[in-house]
Amino acid sequence: MRIELVRRPQHSILFSALSPFIALALTLVFGAILFALLGKNPAATMYVFFIEPLTQMWSLHELALKAAPLIMIGVGLSVCYLSNNWNIGAEGQFTIGAIAGSILPVVYPQFQNAFTLPLMLLMGMAGGALYAAIPAFLKVKFNTNEILTSLMLVYVAGLFLDWMVRGPWRDPQGHGFPQTIQFSDAATLPEIFPQSGNANWGIVIAIAAALVLWFVLGRTLKGFEVKVIGESPRAGRFAGFSAARMVFFSFIISGALAGLAGICEVAGNVNQLQPVISPGYGFTAIIVAFLGRLNPLGIVAAGLVLGLSYLGGEAAQVALGVSDKAARVFQGMLLFFVLASDTLILYQIRLVRSRKAAGEGAVAGHA
Amino acid sequence: MEAESGERGAALLDVRGLTKIFGALKACDNVDLTIGTGQIHALLGENGAGKSTFVKMLFGSLQPNGGEIRWKGRRVAIASPGEARRLGIGMVFQHFSLFEALTAAENIALSLGNDTPIAAIAAKAQALSYSYGLPLDPYSLVGDLSVGERQRIEIIRCLLQTPDLIILDEPTSVLTPQEAEKLFETLERLRSEGKSILYISHRLEEVKRLCDGATVLRHGRVVGHCDPRQETAASLARMMVGNDVAAVVRPPVDREGDRPPLLEIRNLSRTPATPFSIPLRNVDLSVRAGEVVGIAGVAGNGQGELFEAISGEARQDDAGTVRLRGRDAGRLGISGRRELGAAFVPEERLGHGAAPRMTLSENLLLSRYKTDGKALLGGLGTIRRSALAAAAKRIVERMDVRKSGEDPEAAALSGGNLQKFIVGRELDRQPAVMVINQPTWGVDAGAAARIRQALIELARNGSAVLVISQDLDELFEISDFIAVMHNGELSKPLPVAEASYEKIGLLMGGAAPEGAPHSVEAA
Repeated sequence: MRIELVRRPQHSILFSALSPFIALALTLVFGAILFALLGKNPAATMYVFFIEPLTQMWSLHELALKAAPLIMIGVGLSVCYLSNNWNIGAEGQFTIGAIAGSILPVVYPQFQNAFTLPLMLLMGMAGGALYAAIPAFLKVKFNTNEILTSLMLVYVAGLFLDWMVRGPWRDPQGHGFPQTIQFSDAATLPEIFPQSGNANWGIVIAIAAALVLWFVLGRTLKGFEVKVIGESPRAGRFAGFSAARMVFFSFIISGALAGLAGICEVAGNVNQLQPVISPGYGFTAIIVAFLGRLNPLGIVAAGLVLGLSYLGGEAAQVALGVSDKAARVFQGMLLFFVLASDTLILYQIRLVRSRKAAGEGAVAGHA
Repeated sequence: MEAESGERGAALLDVRGLTKIFGALKACDNVDLTIGTGQIHALLGENGAGKSTFVKMLFGSLQPNGGEIRWKGRRVAIASPGEARRLGIGMVFQHFSLFEALTAAENIALSLGNDTPIAAIAAKAQALSYSYGLPLDPYSLVGDLSVGERQRIEIIRCLLQTPDLIILDEPTSVLTPQEAEKLFETLERLRSEGKSILYISHRLEEVKRLCDGATVLRHGRVVGHCDPRQETAASLARMMVGNDVAAVVRPPVDREGDRPPLLEIRNLSRTPATPFSIPLRNVDLSVRAGEVVGIAGVAGNGQGELFEAISGEARQDDAGTVRLRGRDAGRLGISGRRELGAAFVPEERLGHGAAPRMTLSENLLLSRYKTDGKALLGGLGTIRRSALAAAAKRIVERMDVRKSGEDPEAAALSGGNLQKFIVGRELDRQPAVMVINQPTWGVDAGAAARIRQALIELARNGSAVLVISQDLDELFEISDFIAVMHNGELSKPLPVAEASYEKIGLLMGGAAPEGAPHSVEAA
């Protein structure tokens, strides 16, 4: 007996639209089962996890803080995934972006004026873009698998950050803690409504980035190029589009946005570099991109949902003593169900009874 | 005839009311067909008439929704190809399923699926191949073999199972006329030994020459059974198509006046891009304004490679190798060559000429964004959807593209209608140079005539048209000159008045042009 996926002759438009919601619903159901098995009241846990954070102003601010990097990275990744380039290393580009953007406040702390922050953001983008260009170059030049190279570079970036904050960039007055000096006010991303909470302009930048990419992908020739190359490389070549240039374009766009997310996180939220600056935003953003159906506006919504899972995870840990890994489990289930529903929209499952002779299987392959 | 066959009872295969439904489409609707022992029976029909669906049900790779199959008088259900082979039904597919990196004998061994040693299989295959006049070296690598030789492997592989009925799907579509003649001799030999053959084709002349009976399918239904020897090619065509097809008119080329060469290829060579692709060897060709030049050849002799080299999907190192309208274009990409006035239609429609999941209007943009940028694109590179929709509508009307919905995805169109759209997309530009690979492959007769006429008209209005095709009838119908591609080399173009099927066929088989008269005598 084996299981085969058979392509459906037609796919349902209704279910294509519903698929993210089905995936969400299934995640909630299985999440509830998981909590019940852990001996928690599922209803109460779900409330703490997903409803309570939405009832208070300060936690809405927290949600914006968490969603901003997810959206920024997610919309960048959508360009990659639409063009069939599998950048899995946004977490590393985020880290390098944060380091590059921190050069000014850490190495030149006296440089404080109106240009400080914009320059930091630009340098963060440049850092992320250059770091993402490495797997792009390797793919174009040597035909290496970008999934592996971009993923491995995540760990290189993480260790590089660790070494920087323990070594050359450690705050001399920091009592030996592995961290840099605090950023000056001029190097801090300001809060939007300081009276009600600490959300900063990162969320505005994220939504602006989503709008720009939504326009580019949906309305311009460049967006058309991205989709043609992703869907049908040979038709893309026939159109005169260069697949190699698209590898660089998509990696550099997504790297720049991941780097921007990195420096925004550091300049707006952490205010210094530490060994760990991200709870896995770069990986979670992959889920965000797919849950948002690779559509930048959908990604804004998906970023808020995944941001909520981080927030709910913290709340559940405090209120109910659930492990903080529960949030990661939720995210993992969500990605699983999103991909499963998308697969089932395009394919149906068929069970095939095994044949007696292997040779007959080969002949069946003829047809 | 049906009543007669019903009483005969001795019919080898008797199919009654066979039906296959895919969604809303009845691919086969109540099809009857009877084949007696020792008969060659033709299954005729245009592309999409349901021929392939029908034989897949006979071979067990599809299950019918209704009807019955009687085999040697007994009702059978054929659940799998293995089952079909046990019953004694063998099949030679149109698209071969051979591993190029293995030898002929190894490929045969794979399909037998038992423990017979390769040496035994090779000896048996070789003996069989010589006794049927299909010489084959069982230890040769499939990748090194011509298409005709690969077909021999498929046939030998099928014969090794000693079937009573052999199904051949469009066997001559990949053969030169001479190779086809050889194949016919083998088939006649098999018939004389009492084997039955179901012969699927849309080539009427060979059906008339070879077959004892014929069943004609149209839109999944049987429109008639007949004895092809009693019919004319025209009457068979009428049965297949349902009405008379307008003949293509080819007015004479204007011999007077200045007709500059618009497409020139000089000493074009190309190393193979993959281990199994064909190198191009010193190709020279010139196509002048006002004429259609056809390139004949058996599939896989470098036509695809030549197309890519002319279109600019593969560029040349030397700019002078390909010249368009008198200007060097060898180092330009496909967009640059389009801007010099050239237009291209590749062989593969879905995935090369068109992106399957994109709408027709988006697919219009695919090849036109550079040459028609002003009309189709706004500032900031935005796509002007209304202009695009209007242009797509114009093409759909001019080429009579049948579609469902306002702007469907390319994959939703039938092959013929998509081809009409793709050809129309390029004609709409009035290109000075048109290069088209397999213009009417899989297109129904009416649409094919329309496309061919449009190509001739484009040329007579002052453009240069280069047509690459495996369909010799088509090339003789539309070309002013015919050249032949064989193993990456291109012969000198012959004026169509001097060309004959025999001459072209010899060139397709690789005979040197000088030796042609002698070889004719030898053949």
